[in-house]
Amino acid sequence: MKIAFTSGKGGTGKTTVATNLAYFLAKNGRQITYWDCDVEEPNGYLFFDLEEHYRKSVTIPIPTVNMDACDLCGKCGDFCEYGAIVTVGKKVLTFPELCHGCGGCSLICPKDAILEFPREIGEVIHLSYKGNPNLKFIYGLLNLGEPMAAPIIKKVKHLSNSSDTTIIDSPPGTSCPVIESVKGSDFVVLVTEPTPFGLNDLQLAIEMVEALKLPFGVIINQVGLGDDRVHHYCSERNIPILLEIPYSRQIAELYSRGVLFLTKLPHYEWMFQSFIQSIELRMT
Amino acid sequence: MKEIVVISGKGGTGKTTIVSSFAALSKHAVIADCDVDAADLHLLLNPNVQNSEPFIGGKVAEIIPESCTQCGECENFCRFDAISEKVNGGTISYAVDPISCEGCGVCVAVCPSECIRFESQERGELFVSSTKYGPMVHARLGIAEENSGKLVSLVRAQAKSIAKEKNYELIIIDGSPGVGCPVISSITGAYAVLIITEPTITGVHDMERAVGLAEHFNIPTYLCINKCDINSEITEEIVKRSKFLAVTVLGQIHYDPIITEAQIHAVPVVEYYQNSVSKEITAVWDSLYGNICADKTN
Repeated sequence: MKIAFTSGKGGTGKTTVATNLAYFLAKNGRQITYWDCDVEEPNGYLFFDLEEHYRKSVTIPIPTVNMDACDLCGKCGDFCEYGAIVTVGKKVLTFPELCHGCGGCSLICPKDAILEFPREIGEVIHLSYKGNPNLKFIYGLLNLGEPMAAPIIKKVKHLSNSSDTTIIDSPPGTSCPVIESVKGSDFVVLVTEPTPFGLNDLQLAIEMVEALKLPFGVIINQVGLGDDRVHHYCSERNIPILLEIPYSRQIAELYSRGVLFLTKLPHYEWMFQSFIQSIELRMT
Repeated sequence: MKEIVVISGKGGTGKTTIVSSFAALSKHAVIADCDVDAADLHLLLNPNVQNSEPFIGGKVAEIIPESCTQCGECENFCRFDAISEKVNGGTISYAVDPISCEGCGVCVAVCPSECIRFESQERGELFVSSTKYGPMVHARLGIAEENSGKLVSLVRAQAKSIAKEKNYELIIIDGSPGVGCPVISSITGAYAVLIITEPTITGVHDMERAVGLAEHFNIPTYLCINKCDINSEITEEIVKRSKFLAVTVLGQIHYDPIITEAQIHAVPVVEYYQNSVSKEITAVWDSLYGNICADKTN
């Protein structure tokens, strides 16, 4: 089973919930794989004492032009939708950061003058939790200055063991990196907060999961802060609220130091127990 | 004309809260919301939309089933796994998943029966508005769409043309979280970046990546520590780290529930209530503005 955590708005508590849930389930004997798909700012790994197994470079194929064969016809530039290759005077310029690696220029070139070479845009790191071998951890890291997160997210999600429970931590927002992260999951959990920003971005996130036709539910974090418009919105639309986490200075303080709050506040474990049960109930 | 971009790396550190207050304090600036896939600034600035136009994004492929010969070349050549074969009874058909399609056009090039439609589509909306504090440019990216970077560029271009036309010297930009496509698009060529961070280990981690990104593009960078009292030890560490990173900390802002209250009342906090938090935000603005004005180059 794959459960994705996403939010629309940033900083609502995706990582807090995802990491604590992974810890809780692994502690209860489940095989867990944690995919941190927020490859621009991955930070789930900061909450676990992890052992690194290996790193893999993520590359995309970019064009190199053999000028001996090129006759400057310009067809590659006309074809490229991203402006990543262009013929200017007697030169063909390439802009590697704009290239999506589709291979179109090489395919279209009548002189077979374009070869593709891999260019690194980031890496994927495979680890395991020293505190519990049940928890495997994978995260991606986008190189600074690179715009495209999606190819790295694809690689994070590449390997999975279907018998494991997979927890997916996604980036905030509603555009392509988020879609890439939650696509293919069995259930999407939208983490929000009871504020106007939280509500606005929750509505956007709901539109997104509805477009992907995935089952979903909501977690309201920091209940007690703000107002009750998120609660009203969910009940009017029959959207299940799977979990409510009270606003707590103690949880915020533990989070700030990179401590999983369940390790210090075990009386919250029942919340995660009933949360996972309510998801599983919805899945069957 | 100077563009100041507020980013954070980590989401939820207070970018929009602070930008809305800057809008109220600046008196003479164009405001741009470049967080196009989860825009919130309008909830505090209550813009009056004067003009809106559709955002035409990248192309998407679509197979016309009537002319398709089911050769499968499109699926073979698509590197984004956007085309799949469907077997329905005895018949095979091919379809493009518009969400996975990157709009590269390779399928169109390899299709021997020219049965793939490939057109630009409307993928969002761009708004030019007026607010109590000055002109505002904002946008809405269609749900599950790509090209957020392209829309961010359009928002910036529109803000610049308004600034030029109406003689504004400053553009204040609300950025998005992360360090990828939309963030790169919102900071390249800008005059300065202000990073809002918070004293949590994730906030620090993400701030350092945001600093690295700004450095990569050679943009002068300033720092502001929001919710500084959540963990004062980490706040001290950030101040120390900032010297090593060669970025100036412009100020610290305490955690205060009044910020959420102002959000519920849909006004910038500096307009909502004059207390210590408003004063701290004002001090950060004065310091930022002082730094910008001290530099007479453009």
